[in-house]
This record gives sequence, structure tokens and C-alpha cells, in this order.
Amino acid sequence: MADHAGVAGGDEVDLSRRKFLTRATIATGAVGAVFAAVPFIESWSPSERARALGAPVTVDLSKLEPGQMTLPVWRRQPIFVVRRTPDMVKRIAGHDNELKDPESKDSVQPPYAANDLRSRTPEFLVLIAVCTHLGCLPKQRFDAGELSPSWPGGFWCPCHGSRFDLAGRVFDGSPASVNLVVPPYSFPKEQLLLIGADEKGAAT
Amino acid sequence: MRTEALLAAALLAVAACAPPRLPAAEEEGGARFGADWDSWRADTNVSDLASVQRGARNFVSYCLGCHSLKYERWSRLGADLRIPAELLEKDLVSPGAKATDYILTGMPAADAETWFGKVPPDLSLMVRARGKDYIYQFLTTFYVDPARETGANNLALPTTAMPDVLSELEGLKAAEFRTVARPGPGGTSTSEQVFDHFEPLTPGRLSLAQYDGFVRDTVNFLDYVSEPTQLERRQLGVWVVLFLLLFTWLAWLVKREYWKDVH
Amino acid sequence: MTVKTATGAAAALPKPGTGSAGKRFWAWLNKRMPVDQFLATQVTEYYAPKNFNFWYFFGSLAGVVLVLQLVTGIFLTMFYKPGEATAFDSVQFIMREVDWGWLIRYLHSSGASFFFIVVYLHMFRAFLYGSYKPPRELLWLLGVGVYLALMAEAFMGYVLPWGNMSFWGAQVIINLFGTIPGIGPDIVLWIRGDYGIADATLNRFFSLHVAAIPLALLGLVALHLVALHEVGSNNPDGVEIKEKVGADGKPLDGIAFHPYYTVKDFVGIGVFLVLLAIVVFFVPTFGGLFLESPNFEPANPVSTPADITPVWYFTPYYAMLRAVPDQRIGALLLLLAVMAFLFMPWLDRSPVKSMRYRGWMSRSALAIFVVSFVALGYLGLQPAQPVYVILARIFAALYFAYFLLMPFYSKLDPVKPVPERVVYHAH
Repeated sequence: MADHAGVAGGDEVDLSRRKFLTRATIATGAVGAVFAAVPFIESWSPSERARALGAPVTVDLSKLEPGQMTLPVWRRQPIFVVRRTPDMVKRIAGHDNELKDPESKDSVQPPYAANDLRSRTPEFLVLIAVCTHLGCLPKQRFDAGELSPSWPGGFWCPCHGSRFDLAGRVFDGSPASVNLVVPPYSFPKEQLLLIGADEKGAAT
Repeated sequence: MRTEALLAAALLAVAACAPPRLPAAEEEGGARFGADWDSWRADTNVSDLASVQRGARNFVSYCLGCHSLKYERWSRLGADLRIPAELLEKDLVSPGAKATDYILTGMPAADAETWFGKVPPDLSLMVRARGKDYIYQFLTTFYVDPARETGANNLALPTTAMPDVLSELEGLKAAEFRTVARPGPGGTSTSEQVFDHFEPLTPGRLSLAQYDGFVRDTVNFLDYVSEPTQLERRQLGVWVVLFLLLFTWLAWLVKREYWKDVH
Repeated sequence: MTVKTATGAAAALPKPGTGSAGKRFWAWLNKRMPVDQFLATQVTEYYAPKNFNFWYFFGSLAGVVLVLQLVTGIFLTMFYKPGEATAFDSVQFIMREVDWGWLIRYLHSSGASFFFIVVYLHMFRAFLYGSYKPPRELLWLLGVGVYLALMAEAFMGYVLPWGNMSFWGAQVIINLFGTIPGIGPDIVLWIRGDYGIADATLNRFFSLHVAAIPLALLGLVALHLVALHEVGSNNPDGVEIKEKVGADGKPLDGIAFHPYYTVKDFVGIGVFLVLLAIVVFFVPTFGGLFLESPNFEPANPVSTPADITPVWYFTPYYAMLRAVPDQRIGALLLLLAVMAFLFMPWLDRSPVKSMRYRGWMSRSALAIFVVSFVALGYLGLQPAQPVYVILARIFAALYFAYFLLMPFYSKLDPVKPVPERVVYHAH
């Protein structure tokens, strides 16, 4: 309390009223400040333009040969779209004990890809081509025996050596700890792949 | 309760009629054709969603052939105007365009320049740049002018490069001018042609009242496109001002309390 | 262990190692930076006259608007793209496609106009109470410096959206420099960086508006506050409160800035924010005064808007420029009109500071000056018709008369006796 000429001190009642009013005002001001901060923080969200450019992407699968891969871009990220041969599908099984997350419990995928093949159908594999270690683009090593005699085929990341099988599941010994991410996708028509939208609608 | 509701409805109805409108739009050939065209008001309200929706449809049918709305996306239009996606794709979105594309005209700029001498301007901001009353006046003061290549002229924008594209709806009218002597410098006098009134020539598909509604809906739509966030802005503003008034009142109470110390 | 505060009183800090974590941190901090001492000397034991009135809100409000412009400006810069081909589109991108972009933009555009409203009222206070008189001459000069920097900042900011008024306004104002004898045309070319207002001009204005002038403004405002705290505020009675101190060494008519003026300023800030919100949310263009209609069309070098007017806060000077048929003299007059403020501490010969105790001559002169300034502002917004030009000449003459005749009427004016102590009514 200031106490010099020109200013008198208050009594007990004044003090508590003063405290209450000051606290109420500061609280209201704080609420206002938080509301005022919201527009500035939200302005950093992807803009309408980014959201438009991030709309779902279609891929014509009729041009994709069995055993081949194409690399479209969705939301600025490369996507592995692989047309697996029956032999490639067979080579997904039989090495669960060498995988860090064989049942994809810690990995990210939509419900329809939470299976051994990590896809809706055995034939097509759709993965986000970003290594789950530090983000490099893995390279395809689909042939058996390519990396080592027991190599069943899959992906190999050149940055730090992570390895993934033909369902995108990560091998022991890799710096990456989870399987490659499966984005939402669907097949609106025969031979047409739509990346970024499924039963739930377009990805937010 | 019922009487209050009826009273409220009655008051709203009166309020809706109250703002000054064009004199008797239903009158065929009445004061509508008078010399007061430059005081005609658009008298539109951007919160009238149905009107803006109709305006969107009008724009796509009659304006998009030459004019773009390059800052507005189809999807934004659909969301703001509450048009369902299927309807948007079927009736509004240009063939071949995605819903997230900007609303662009199919007319190539180079061809437009050749045909009209000017590229038809983008209309995204036209209401903010020139005012909705001007646009309303522009669309209602076309008249037949055989001296011009397009066969039409306009009072709001004399020698406009734009042809009278809405004549099928409005009909055709001629402009009658009268000669007026203007005193010049040094005691001389010049004569000037001053607009006197319109003469209707042929009727269009719409009555005068219907055409007037058509233009106002279109202007309303352009008003929305000029600033799509304006409704949100005003709604939020009410809460912000109320909150700030509350804060100011509290601050004043604190000030009064502390200043009891000061003598 | 104790630290001495400005008044010599001892403030006890806990012994090292004792007290709560907060108190220990505070003690650690104060050994390394004079935080407590600063707060005491500048805020809690800084004494301001107790009779501040309505006119004394505008200093703190100017600070609030400065912060508002800095914050909204920083965020706009995240999305705005300087460049002939991209600027106008990027503003529409902000208005339509950035979440809340429209709000940040309107806060910044309205803030610019409110900045000038606040600054003009703040300056008017100095005219009313003689706040530029000794020992506050340097405070006043620094303030004029802030005003000049603000005008440059606002002018360049207006060019950035690259609308048609941005372009033609820049054209007209930069051409004024061409009136400088001899080197004029070279200066114009140097400022523009091209043969016409172009990409080069826009980009350098962007750098100046976003970086250089804000830094200069912050520096000038800081010096302005240092100068203020050195001599202390004036007050509506023009009485120097430091001349009457009590036994405790504190001014008898002073009260601690905190809590009394912090609390009072928050009320002022509240009212200000209400007005700002009304503009931002309901009338952001303010009838074409805050955001001019021609600027909703992109810059067009071959199409001049029907009426080129600067934004309202420049129109008093613009009216003077147009009042003179000679371009060179008109530009010179504009410069003199702005520079005239600098001389006020030395033009004013009155023995009395505040209008409350001055005579009819000073009061009439100030009233005429205000009317002239406002009238010139109105005239500057009108198209250049003969009747407006004649009126502008009359009011421009009155404007300059205020300054030129001041040494005489301020001396001759019959003054009233100034009280020993300030006049204060409890409120």
C-alpha cells in the first residue's frame, strides 16, 4: 500500500474488495488474452490452399505391371504404390521373428491395413515412402536374396540402413522402430486408387 | 406467447419492407425509367442466403462465360452458401474443374481482347472496388445504341466494352436524351446531351420485377464473393465487443477502488 | 543482504540459500541485473502528477497500438509475398485462405489509422498544456521524430498491398522529391530503383517497412520514454510537481505510477479496444477512409483512379500541397508544415505552460489551428475543385500563422496566475 502525502491507506474491507476486483479483472483479462492468441496460433494451420493441394490423389492402376512400383505424391509426400506378384505376397510370411512389430501394434495404419499384408488387397500395397527413422526415402529391393541370401524382398533405406519387408514391416537391427505408415486409401473403381480418402471421407 | 410471436413476425415483416426500394418495380414503365438512375440503390443484404445462392446460379449461367472469380474456390462457395457437394458438382462447377479449383472463366484472355478490345475483368473484388450500387446501376442501365459495335451502351459506364448480355432477360430499351444549354466561360453557351428517360423497346423473358430481383441477387452474390468472411466477422464482433465492454467495466471498478486512496 | 532502491530505502532479500524457490531465483536475478531497482525507479516509486485527465491516456495507448502493429505485422509478413506479381494476390490469400487472416489484416489496417488518431490526440495534449516547454524540449523533439518515422512507415505500408491507390499514391509522393532543385530527378530515380514505380520500389519499401523503420521507431520510443522519465510528466495545470516535495522526498502532488496509473490506463485501454473492435468487426473500411476503394483493384500503371487522395492522416498536408499552384513551392510548404512542430519549444514565449492559465490570444490561436488542421484534412479528401483550393489556401495560411505569430501572441497574451499546487478533484 502506498503511504505518503496525498494518498491515504485503506481499511480491511477495502483491501479484500480491492483484491477481489483486481483478481476478477486480471482473470477476465487473461481469458481475453487467450482468446486473442487463438487467431494468431491458428493462422499457422495449413491454409485453404495447402488443404486444396492436399486433397486426395487418384492413381490409374491399369498401367501398373505386376512387380512394379509407382511413386505418386500426396500431401507433399511420396507414396509407394506396389503391385505385388503372388510370389511377393508369399515372401511376406515366414520371418515374423525377425520383425520388430510383426502385428503392427505400434505402427500407424487404418483398420483395413492392420493385417499381415498391411493392405486392403494382397495385390496392392500402399505406403507413405518416408522412413520411420528420420524421414529419408527408402529404395526398393523387391528381389529375394538382393541384400543378403535370406532377404525376402522389401525396402532398404540408404540413410541409416533400416530394412522393411514387402508389407512395409521393419526388420530387427534397423534404426527405425515402427513399420512404414499406411495412408488412408480406397478403390472407388476397378483399377483406380484414391490416396487420402476412404470410408471416413477425405483425410483431415 | 402466440401473440408475441405474431407481433414479432409482423414487426420483422414491416422492417423488411421499410428500407427505401426502387419505386414500384411492378409498374411497367413507371418512375423506373426516370432520370434518377444514379441514385438507385442495390438494397441487398448479404445475410440473405437464398438470394446469394440464386446469385451464384445467375453468375454461373450468365457471367462465368467471360468473367472469372479467381480468388474464390468452388469448394469455398459450396461451404459458405451451404450447397451440397453433389449439387455443386452437378449444377455449378465448370466441367473438368475440381471442387477445390478457383472459379475461372473458360474464355481465353487473348481472344477476349480481340473480340471486345478489353479483357473482361475478374469480379472477385468488384463490389469492394466500385460499390454494389454501381454494379446494380451498371446492370440496369444498358440501352440500345446502334452507333456502337456491340449495339449497346451503358449510363453507369459509358462506352463500356461489355455487350448487353442480359437483354434476353431484361428486354431491350432505348435511351432518350435531351439537349441542355450549359453556360460556358466568357458568356458563351455549350449544349450538352443529358439523359432524360428510357423507352422500353421489346420485353425480355422476365418481368421488370423479376429482372430487378435477378440483378439484386447477382449483386448480392458478388458482395459475398468480395469478402466471404463478412458474415463471420460481424457475428464474432458482437461477442468481442460485449466481452471488451465487460472487461472495461471491471477495469473501471478496480480503478475507482484504488483511486479512493488519492485525495 | 539488502539492495538499495532509488529512494534509499532498503528492500530485504532473503539470505542466500533461504526462502522459497521463487524468492531465491529473484535474488539470483537481481545480483546480475537491476530488475527490482528498475521496477522501483520506473514504476512503483516513479511519481506522476495526480491530476492527469482524459488527454493523458494517449501516451500509453500509443504504446499499445505500437505493440498491436508489431504483432499483427509480424504475422502478416509470414504470408505476404512482396513483388509486383505476387503482392496483391497474397493479400487476398491472407483475407480468404489463411485461417483468421482477415482478422489479422483488419487489425493491422485499422491499427494504422488508430495509431494516427491516438498520436494526433497525444500531440494535442502537448499543445494544450505546454508539454514541449523546458525542460521537455528534447522529449518533444523525440516525439516529433516518432511522428515522422510513423508517417514514413504508414506511407510505405500502404504501398505494400500493391492496389491501384498504392501505386498511384507512391507515384505522387515520390514525385514530390523531384522538386528538389538540381538533384530532384536523380533522387526520384534513386528512391524508385527503376524508371517508374516498380518491383524494385515495392521490395525496398517492404524491407524498410518491416525491418528498418520499426527498429528506428522502437529506438525513438525508448529514447522518448527515457527523456520523459528524466524530467517527469507535465500536467494539465503546468505546475512542476518536483518543486514541492514532502519530508519523504516525494512530490506532494505526485502519486506512484503503479498502481494508480497502471490501473487507470487499463480503463483507457479497454475503451480503446472497444472502439477498435467496433471498427475491425463492423466497419473495417470505415467508409473508404481506412481502406480506400481503389485499392481493391490491382495496381495499373495505365489507369489512374478518379481521385487520388492519400489516407486521411496525410490529407491536411496534401491539401496544403494542392493549394499552391507551383509544385516546388507546394512541396516546400508541405515540408515546412511538418517541420514547424520542431520549433515549438522556442516559438512559444509564454511564461505559462497550460492553456488553463493563458489568455484569449493563445486560446483563440490554438482553436483556429485545430479547426484549420481538421478543415485541411477534410479538404485534402475532396477532388481538386477551385472552391476547395481557395479554402485550403485560407486554412493553410491560418495553420502557418499559428506558428509564425506564436512568438508574439504568446508573449503579449494576458496570463492568469498559476497555482502553487495542482488542481485535483477526487474521482
